[in-house]
This record gives sequence, C-alpha cells and structure tokens, in this order.
Amino acid sequence: MAKRSIVPFGPQHPVLPEPVHLDLILEDETVVGAVPSIGYIHRGLEKLVDKRDFKQYSYIAERICGICSCGHGLGYCMAIEEVMGIEVPERADYLRVIWVEMSRIHSHLLWLGLLADAMGFESLFMESWRIREKILDMFDETAGGRIIHSVNQVGGVQKDMDSTMLNHLLETVRDMEKDLKPVVDTFLLDYSVQTRLKGTGILTADDAVALGAVGPMLRASGVEYDARVLGYGAYKNLTVGPITSSDGDCYGRCEVRLKELFQSFDLIREAVGKMPAGEISVPVKGNPSGEYFVRIEQPRGEAIYYIKGNGTKYLDRFRLRTPTTSNIPPLVETLKGCQLADVPVLILTIDPCVSCTER
Amino acid sequence: MVGRNEITKITRAQFFPAVVQKKTENWRLVQICAVSVDHGYEMSYSFCKGYDMETYRLELEEEDEVASITQIYPCAFLQENEAKQLFGVNITNIKPDYKDKVYRIDETTPFKKKE
Repeated sequence: MAKRSIVPFGPQHPVLPEPVHLDLILEDETVVGAVPSIGYIHRGLEKLVDKRDFKQYSYIAERICGICSCGHGLGYCMAIEEVMGIEVPERADYLRVIWVEMSRIHSHLLWLGLLADAMGFESLFMESWRIREKILDMFDETAGGRIIHSVNQVGGVQKDMDSTMLNHLLETVRDMEKDLKPVVDTFLLDYSVQTRLKGTGILTADDAVALGAVGPMLRASGVEYDARVLGYGAYKNLTVGPITSSDGDCYGRCEVRLKELFQSFDLIREAVGKMPAGEISVPVKGNPSGEYFVRIEQPRGEAIYYIKGNGTKYLDRFRLRTPTTSNIPPLVETLKGCQLADVPVLILTIDPCVSCTER
Repeated sequence: MVGRNEITKITRAQFFPAVVQKKTENWRLVQICAVSVDHGYEMSYSFCKGYDMETYRLELEEEDEVASITQIYPCAFLQENEAKQLFGVNITNIKPDYKDKVYRIDETTPFKKKE
C-alpha cells in the first residue's frame, strides 16, 4: 500500500521567483492533491484608488507587475477611456500595441529562461536571457526604463517613437528572430527537453474551460481564445489570431509561447508599417462616472480590469483579475497524478506571477 | 470582432439557478468582483463563452449571506476567499475556506467602506 505524506512546496523554492506555497499530498512519489496558499506579498494596490486620483493611478497600475507593467497601464487606461467616452488618437493605439508586444516578447523570453533553468539546462537559460536583453534595451531607448515604462496615460500615451527609434526597433526584431531560431529548435527538438516536458501535466480542453484557464495554458489545450481578437486598440487593424497546441501538456505550453514570440515580431513589424503620423494623446476633461469591464491579453493570459467611477476624481473601485489567479485552479488539477520531481516544471509552465495576483 | 460585454442585475433567488445554467451552457467563470457600497456590497460574477462576456450583478445588504459557487465552479475559491477577507462579504461554504487567511495581513476587512 502506498505511503501517504504531505510535502510543503515553497514559499521559498529555487524555481519560484516569488513566494507561493503548496501543500502537496503524496502517495509515495505521486502527487494526489495540492492545496495552494498565497498571501505573502499583498500590497493593497487596488485600495490606493482612495488616495490617488484617476490620472495618477495609471502610474500605480503600471507598478502592479514588473513584467506586464505596460499591459496593466493599458488595461486601466482603456477602462477609464471607455467610461469617459475618450477617443484615443490612432498613433497612440499603435504605440500601445508596439510596447505591449515588446512586453510579451520580454515576458516569454524570461519564462523560457526560467524553464530552462528549472530543467537544469543552463546554457539554454543564459541564451534565452541574452536575447531578452535586446528587448529590454529597446524599452530603455523608447520609453526611458527597462522594467517600468510609464508610457500609458488616460487619453493616449506619454512618449512617441521617432523614425530612428522605429528603425532600430525593426533591426532589433530582425536580429532577435535570427538569434531565436536555434533556441526554438532546442526547446522543441532536443531529446532531454522533450523527455522532461512531453506528457507532463496534461490539461484537457474541457478541463481548461471548466477550471477557467487563460492564456498559453488555455491555448495549449487546443482552445482558441486570445483576447486580442476582440480588436481593442490597434489590434482591429492588425493580423492576430490564437496560437494553439493540441497536446495540453508542458511541451504544448512551451510551444505556444515560442510561436507567440514570432507572432509578436510580426505584429510589431505590421504596427510600425501601418502607424499613422499625428497626435499621441488628447486632453482629458471631467471625471469618470460609471463602470466598465475591460479584457486584454497579457503575456500570461487574459486580464480583466474593472473600474467604477462616481463623478469625482477618485474612483469607487478598481479591480484587476490577473491571469495567474485564473491559472492556479487548473494548476492544482494538473498536479494530480504527476511525480514529485515534475512539480517545479509544472508550476513554472503556468508562468505564475504572484505580485500581479496579490496586487 | 466586438464581443458582448453586459452587466445584468439579478436577485439572490435568481442567482444560483442562473450560475448553474451558465455552467451547463459551458460558460467559463472569468472573474468575481466585490464593491463596497453604502450598507452593503455589489458582487459581480463574470462569465465568458467564446468572446462574449456576461456579468451578473448581485446587490447584498451587509448582513446578507450568499452561498459560495465553488460547488458549481471550483475555480471560484481564490476570488471568493478574497472578497470575504478583504470586504467582509458573508460568503458561506467556500471550498476550500481559508478562514480569512488568504492574505497575511493584520487589518480586518480593509476594503470595506468605513462609516
């Protein structure tokens, strides 16, 4: 008869950049259940709408996370703009898309490096992060910061990109694409990577929908859903569609993210080519009154932003439902039946962002 | 493509059957949001199917109980526990119930509207 034991995983663990805790229920080496526990880094950022007016709050929204900072600012500003009926200049829409896609590239490369590191593939980890440096440098050049960009504001964006910057961005994208090809081949074709990822942590399409999975976790199970298809901002004028895999395992999640990197390169090229000249922001008069839910596709999946305004400069409520909040329940399900040694890699394949989740 | 994005007010009596219907029609639960208002709360439960989104709005008095939907949508547990701990919404039978310990904070119901 199998011996039943409970093994604590985290909150501090080599594969976890941020603290999250799981009580793993094991029968011998097989996981039969898991109880997640968060709450180590709650900052109460949603509550700050009481103390910062709706224009200042875009800076707070961008600081919810250091990886998808730009997307959080975008989601918040879009919700305010919808409530106030503000039409953002077309150039600002394109600039927002360019920065958000750069964030996706940054996030996916960071994740690929972490995955390689978790598998003990150090050279692959270093190569992924070497390539990632190029997009961080482009953030520095275009927005003035590598991590927090502060580009979004209610009514548009704060910074423009001139033709020199745009040409340099296109060159960087071309270089990165070239550099990435051998990395992609290693992730998808290397025997040791395949052995580690294939058939591990399978989530069926039905379970993914029932358990509320989002982003690459959902699409890797074959469900075609990508919030960018909704056509917010400049996406309505760009070629974008969900990238899926049918495997539903760790390998499938890796494959989806790798392909999304190339989709982001294409989107940046298309956005730069189609971006019109003109203003980058419009003046904002009055205060928000009303409520709205906005959905955007962050690198880790669909994020939902809710604002409720009362006609004053302070909002009644700002709410963010992050992708990781939605991906924890499917993670718990996929852990059941896996081996203890697979747990770190499996947790990593949801790309957990605990700062976002706890806000 | 523009997906539907609607908010529908429902009563406490309509709430549970409406959520069950969403489940049987294969809608994903995408978010639960609590808002503190005078003398109570507004709870919003959003569901997505394809690119459409529908939100049920439930208005609760401060002392009202609302049953957890974790028996229908098990993935609701984190967001329900959060609404209970931060706002003080009286949600019963959450599985698992973290007993107001989702976040390791000292203050009780910090997001609740103060008198």
